[in-house]
Amino acid sequence: MASSMLSLGSTSLLTREINKDKLKLGNSGSNPFLKAKSSSRVTMMTVAVKPSRFEGITMAPPDPILGVSEAFKADTNELKLNLGVGAYRTEELQPYVLNVVKKAENLMLERGDNKEYLPIEGLAAFNKATAELLFGANHPIIKEQKVATIQGLSGTGSLRLAAALIERYFPGAKVLISSPTWGNHKNIFNDAKVPWSEYRYYDPKTIGLDFEGMIADIKEAPEGSFILLHGCAHNPTGIDPTPEQWVKIADVIQEKNHIPFFDVAYQGFASGSLDEDAASVRLFAERGMEFFVAQSYSKNLGLYAERIGAINVVCSSADAATRVKSQLKRIARPMYSNPPVHGARIVANVVGDATMFNEWKAEMEMMAGRIKTVRQELYDSLVSKDKSGKDWSFILKQIGMFSFTGLNKAQSDNMTNKWHVYMTKDGRISLAGLSLAKCEYLADAIIDSYHNALLYWKTPIEL
Amino acid sequence: MAMAMAIRNAASRRTMSPISGEFGLRSMSSWWKSVEPAPKDPILGVTEAFLADPSPEKVNVGVGAYRDDNGKPVVLECVREAERRIAGTSFMEYLPMGGSAKMVEETLKLAYGDDSEFIKDKKIAAVQALSGTGACRLFADFQKRFCPGSQIYIPVPTWSNHHNIWRDAQVPQKTYHYYHPETKGLNFSGLMDDVKNAPEGSFFLLHACAHNPTGVDPTEEQWREISQLFKAKNHFPFFDMAYQGFASGDPARDAKSIRIFLEDGHHIGISQSYAKNMGLYGQRVGCLSVLCEDEKQAVAVKSQLQQLARPMYSNPPLHGAQIVSTILGDPQLKSLWLKEVKIMADRIIGMRTTLRESLEKLGSPLSWEHVTKQIGMFCYSGLTPEQVDRLTSQYHIYMTRNGRISMAGVTTGNVGYLANAIHEVSKSS
Repeated sequence: MASSMLSLGSTSLLTREINKDKLKLGNSGSNPFLKAKSSSRVTMMTVAVKPSRFEGITMAPPDPILGVSEAFKADTNELKLNLGVGAYRTEELQPYVLNVVKKAENLMLERGDNKEYLPIEGLAAFNKATAELLFGANHPIIKEQKVATIQGLSGTGSLRLAAALIERYFPGAKVLISSPTWGNHKNIFNDAKVPWSEYRYYDPKTIGLDFEGMIADIKEAPEGSFILLHGCAHNPTGIDPTPEQWVKIADVIQEKNHIPFFDVAYQGFASGSLDEDAASVRLFAERGMEFFVAQSYSKNLGLYAERIGAINVVCSSADAATRVKSQLKRIARPMYSNPPVHGARIVANVVGDATMFNEWKAEMEMMAGRIKTVRQELYDSLVSKDKSGKDWSFILKQIGMFSFTGLNKAQSDNMTNKWHVYMTKDGRISLAGLSLAKCEYLADAIIDSYHNALLYWKTPIEL
Repeated sequence: MAMAMAIRNAASRRTMSPISGEFGLRSMSSWWKSVEPAPKDPILGVTEAFLADPSPEKVNVGVGAYRDDNGKPVVLECVREAERRIAGTSFMEYLPMGGSAKMVEETLKLAYGDDSEFIKDKKIAAVQALSGTGACRLFADFQKRFCPGSQIYIPVPTWSNHHNIWRDAQVPQKTYHYYHPETKGLNFSGLMDDVKNAPEGSFFLLHACAHNPTGVDPTEEQWREISQLFKAKNHFPFFDMAYQGFASGDPARDAKSIRIFLEDGHHIGISQSYAKNMGLYGQRVGCLSVLCEDEKQAVAVKSQLQQLARPMYSNPPLHGAQIVSTILGDPQLKSLWLKEVKIMADRIIGMRTTLRESLEKLGSPLSWEHVTKQIGMFCYSGLTPEQVDRLTSQYHIYMTRNGRISMAGVTTGNVGYLANAIHEVSKSS
């Protein structure tokens, strides 16, 4: 019974009863519902018996970062510390909306701005401001209109537009990403169908940069590969190349005719200075290279949820930039038509007003400053408490929101299970979630985990 | 400061070396030689051209954004009030990948009914999306990933971006008959034939109400027949509902097609948008929902939709979603919204009448009955591309070349001018 009903793709027994005189069931292939001029109304709730198309759909794996926050929420211990969070927290460990953002929003409310569609490329005032912030207002490439800038859905969305452009115009080209890198980079290139491979970056032995490995891997990549670089405050390690190393990176990229692709998610947030944090990008611009830069205002303006960023493509001519911009629009249109206006207006208002711009810079310095202070405090606590002579200076050398502690999985587990410190299994902690008041406690936890985890948990330490 | 200077010094040392000249040359030849300029978007390109036109008489009946009788964009009062309540109060932390749960819940009630069993039983997989475009795109990507052999049947004509969306999602497209040029109405028998002849289990894109660009909707009776045929063929109905409330002025009435399909037991998908009915165009607020067999399946499907969203934009924007949930979550604000939607819909219905009457008064030899029969923001005028071009070049009237007039752009101030121009370009046809 069930299978014959399924093969008709038809209705339940109840409906058949109602339509009995109209139905002619059989194998002739004729459709009973077309025989009647108009079928009688089915007033009862019909139960569909056909199997779901979505039978085979399994649960997607849980997001590794969200899982940390969830476990933290469930923990009732009052000493607990959430160092998984990728969003800035105050000393009181509260989320922070910048004062200058509140000001801008009130201004927008008073002005009664309308809510019309933005053009596909986004808010013009925002695009101008964001390119100038990145390269410097009077940079030749901006004056000569060599940069194609379009507003994107924060860093993720901007990266995705660029990835789609790469897939379309550089079929077969590979992107090299650092090992490790932000988890979503791989998802973005996978979904955009751009092949990727990794270049060495983090050296667990030094808890620093494997510079030789990085250069060697970039050199070895096929000519014309895309090299994904973190402009500043590398996520997740916090380890950035030195100025001299950046020069050598630029050299090898030029040598191999590669295309640099910067992800700049922390401009101003890393050192506290917008200009200083853009130095790596500006070095490449100075070389006259063509390259991509994705930007985000999630952290530096605290606009996380408003999804505001940009993709910039630096081209060798204004004509190329115009063409590239038109093709970026063509990719955006079937994704979301045009970008959300709210965050773009906030940025444009803040940057466009000298007073607010200065206020922003001050708040950014404050946020970056708090993180540097916390790093120092953590370092001091570690050094004073740990008598083993281990070098903890990597804490001070690393920069930005995140720090790779060098703790392995077993040690990280000890952090959570014994000390109620929540972090990701790769040993990454978010300094943004650390207060000065908790530094001593954290130092105790790190020292204990580093030296004793094996004893407690009897798991082999990964080398 | 120090780092910037260090890099500058290091860089200038580099450019002095003899080898750098070679580097300089190589970097000047562009990677982008093969990149052609993209054609202008047929819809958004119209507005660009309109903005560039210096004529004081110009009229924009291109893009589908509502205008009041003075031709001005409108921000609804309920929206302003919601924004006042929101301003300065909330954090801007990331929404979850699936967006604002509260906003999604309210949005599902609009489509499925306040007391929907499906909502109670948690059978609907739903995520906040980037307005209607984003919802359609998520669905298209989902369809590609989980029904890789499938195609999408799209009506002729349809909103041009539908073709872009499923193409970029790499889902092959087929079309089905919809618009009947002779009657300027629905080609119902052609539609039914195409539905019948499509392979069993095909995916169909349906406009729930206020078809874009024609304004031609099936009657309730016709929807019931379509639903029955879909059942017989086991087709998947995907509804794009961009104009709920905006078509008739009554959101429940505008969702009738969807309710018929739900009654008939279909497991549907829906794209919803607040761009027009709440005037939140630039905020990009919408929702994608997929009705599943049970809660477990809904959870799985939602998790997969989130997986698709993550590498596209991570999580959706907050502001518009907050506006929606503030309005729909407050009975007074919601009531105000319903009033304001009705005002917009009524103004458009009024303009349709005026335009038709004006054309008839001018003594047009053609029938303009379709102007009042069609519904929603758009009117498929029946004008040819050449006639549209003349409207633009001679009269500075901007619309898409398929003859689609956005009635939302027609006002008591410009309807006479518009009628006259249409009459002039069409009277000899």
